[in-house]
Amino acid sequence: MNMTRRQLLILLPAAAVAWKSILAGTPEASPNYNMTEHWWGMLVDITKCIGCGSCVRACQLENQVTDGYFRTWVERYHVSDYDIESPKVDSPDGGKNGFPPAAVSDGKNFFVPKMCNHCVDSPCTQVCPVGATFVSPDGVVLVDQKYCLGCRYCVQACPYGCRFVDPKKETAQKCTLCYHRITKGLTTACCENCPTGARQLADLKNPNDPIHEFLKTHSVQVLKPYMATRPKLFYNGLDGSVR
Amino acid sequence: MQIPVEGFMYPNEVELQWSVLIVLYPFLTGLVAGAFILASLERVFMVKAVKPTYRLALLTALAFLIVAPLPLQLHLGHPERSFEMYLTPHRSSAMAMFGFVYLWYLLAVLVVEIWLDYRRDIVVMSQCTTGWKRLVYRVLTLGSTNISERALHIDERVGWLVTVIGIPSAFLLHGYVGFIFGSIKANPWWSSPLMPVVFLFSAMVSGIATVMLLYMLMCLVRREPIDMDCVDTVAKYLFYTFIIDFSLEMLDLIHRIYEADESFRSLDFMVHTRLFLSQVVIQILLGTVLPILLIGLTQVVKLAEKLRKRIYVTAGCLTMIGIFAMRWNVVIGGQLFSKSFLGYTTYKMGIVAREGLLTAIVLTVLPLVILGVLVKLLPPWPEKKEEPLLVALAAHGAD
Repeated sequence: MNMTRRQLLILLPAAAVAWKSILAGTPEASPNYNMTEHWWGMLVDITKCIGCGSCVRACQLENQVTDGYFRTWVERYHVSDYDIESPKVDSPDGGKNGFPPAAVSDGKNFFVPKMCNHCVDSPCTQVCPVGATFVSPDGVVLVDQKYCLGCRYCVQACPYGCRFVDPKKETAQKCTLCYHRITKGLTTACCENCPTGARQLADLKNPNDPIHEFLKTHSVQVLKPYMATRPKLFYNGLDGSVR
Repeated sequence: MQIPVEGFMYPNEVELQWSVLIVLYPFLTGLVAGAFILASLERVFMVKAVKPTYRLALLTALAFLIVAPLPLQLHLGHPERSFEMYLTPHRSSAMAMFGFVYLWYLLAVLVVEIWLDYRRDIVVMSQCTTGWKRLVYRVLTLGSTNISERALHIDERVGWLVTVIGIPSAFLLHGYVGFIFGSIKANPWWSSPLMPVVFLFSAMVSGIATVMLLYMLMCLVRREPIDMDCVDTVAKYLFYTFIIDFSLEMLDLIHRIYEADESFRSLDFMVHTRLFLSQVVIQILLGTVLPILLIGLTQVVKLAEKLRKRIYVTAGCLTMIGIFAMRWNVVIGGQLFSKSFLGYTTYKMGIVAREGLLTAIVLTVLPLVILGVLVKLLPPWPEKKEEPLLVALAAHGAD
């Protein structure tokens, strides 16, 4: 085939773009990962959280989360001694850049990291009209981005406010428990970047996972247990005022 | 755009997910169900007084049903994928199953009933008209040109059966819309087993009021006298349905106040502040209590015809505003408070936007335009000049 230098110069960038798109479309393989051997959850130790916002920043970078939306965030609770039923809560920019000093000194202050609870009986997957969101065999609630209609019914159905619709993709977004990482034996971005170890990825099917020892020896709670969603985000030191 | 927030909202809750278009959707569907139920009064329950509104009610239901899915389509992030709901429906999803309820109602009930009821007229018109009109009517006959007495009798019997099937279908259609909201346990403003029933009765109220107003308007346009016996009967049914609807809504309210669960303080604050105008003033006082009192007055006091007409028009218009406000308070109100019950957000409606005010106005007017076309094509009232019809009928009677 005869090809002039000019033709070659035009073709090369086009071929590079085509090759890049082929590479982008091929998911990374995880040959040693067997879904049925895992049942993922997470442990959040509130007593260890210092509200630095590293987890939020790491999540946003790792998952390219659009500014103003959150797959994970940190709330600061201020609970007065006199009215424990009416806590004052703030989460400036999802706690991404930490928190300003507390305005009041009475009562108690503490931080509560939040994210998808990866519920076993998740109301968000129940309501999806096309089944675009589902619980994977290893217990992670995921969204098929190529299938989601963007109807927002799942956002309404989540009792924890963990979902949003990305304004660019127009599809439902949420914490994937860094599925692309955990299937390769890594931990999630938020866990990896937590300086105090307040977040721990937990594999409930792995008998050697330290989660089992922790659950045996601590009083652990979940958020809104009355919703009967069977969350797998376990909190140690959860105050009764947390919603 | 900064959205004003009071107290604490979960960060992803600040922006409302369902806009004014989702307010429109149950409003339009409600009109369909209500109009059909009014039509069934004549057909199945033999309330002959409302006969002048029968065909108009059917056409109104069809016009609104055609437009009903449009707000949903415009709201979807990926409308091009919406057909997946039919191809691969998720059986546990109320929304997915609603797609089938809608299709059933549109294709198996409403279109069939209208076609059967108009078949004789369509056949006659396909003979009497010329040009493109003739072509349209010929297509509408679907090749069925037999209008012998026996054939028409069969039409009548099958039409009756379709209406009988249509009544529970209409109940299902709008009850199901209520279920879509009422089954969301995460949202205490919506989560109530009463929601489908309240939606159903409010649908009947809005549908009956719409047909009553449209009938009076069309009589005015056609310079025909209003059949007061008909309008009085329709108003009577509107009154009774309204009483049931109001009682159910009050039952829901009283139950919430008395039970005062953990969400109560938050919801109570919302009703007294952000929703005070739209719920207390517009929905309850202006849109429910006042029309009930007005129509109630006509039921207990013998008033002059002219005054009754004015009362019906005023009460009808107020009812429509009240029912729209009810949909607004359910859909928008249910998103104004945090699921943490610690704060409140604000809904800012765009004017010229995909989900803005202008789109909502167009989608409200569109069914009326479609109804205008349908009325031209399939006149719901008896023709003044019966002669050509009779001739044609005679010519085809032996088929």
